[in-house]
Amino acid sequence: MASGVKPRVKVPKTAAAGDTITIKTLISHKMESGQRKDDDGNIIPRSIINRFTADFNGENVIDVALEPAISTNPYFQFEAVVPEAGDFKFTWYDDDGSVYETSKSISIG
Amino acid sequence: MELTRRKMLAWGSGTFALATLSAIPAFANLTDDAIAEFTSGADLGEGAITLTAPEIAENGNTVPVEVDAPGAAEITLFADGNPVPNVVTFKFGPLSASRSASTRIRLATTQNVVAIAKMEDGSFQMAKANVKVTIGGCGG
Repeated sequence: MASGVKPRVKVPKTAAAGDTITIKTLISHKMESGQRKDDDGNIIPRSIINRFTADFNGENVIDVALEPAISTNPYFQFEAVVPEAGDFKFTWYDDDGSVYETSKSISIG
Repeated sequence: MELTRRKMLAWGSGTFALATLSAIPAFANLTDDAIAEFTSGADLGEGAITLTAPEIAENGNTVPVEVDAPGAAEITLFADGNPVPNVVTFKFGPLSASRSASTRIRLATTQNVVAIAKMEDGSFQMAKANVKVTIGGCGG
């Protein structure tokens, strides 16, 4: 597991039913591309997050496939429809098999 | 057929030339290949997709890009000057609202960023943006 991985997500606390909300996500990860070389000229092996998904109450919002060309600390901004109160679940899949998860609940107000 | 040294040489260099000929275009068109793989050779329309990228990016390590394609099921970004052309693929689920997304990408050098959207009806839309990169984002 890459060290210091910390997911951060910004979701509004309340929304009207059927509203469209903007979600911003960021996870701290070095996203080693596998193209760089260290001081001795050896290639530093690739170590990235290769998939990110966002779900709301079990239904998919967005499913992102990441390649090494995504910057350090991958950031995504997208929009979702909120049909009812519930939980957003965000999942990041690391190359080394680790899975990072976080969730945010939203209420109708 | 009698195998002489001369014939062997002619035959050998012929195969070599053929191998180089077929290898070079494949390398030069990595992006085209990647796009063809995504679209399986379908025609690319334009207009229903917007790609927002800076004209000049000072730092190729983090270039903010945004794509917006109403009615898209899937959007893939390609960078034709990167060692690996594929950048990212967004697949939109049933609760996705506007079929738009933004992220930050790495660009090795000044190049075109290509966005291709697979629409819900199965057609494809393309948008292209040229980004000038001052400092490349691939490490030295």
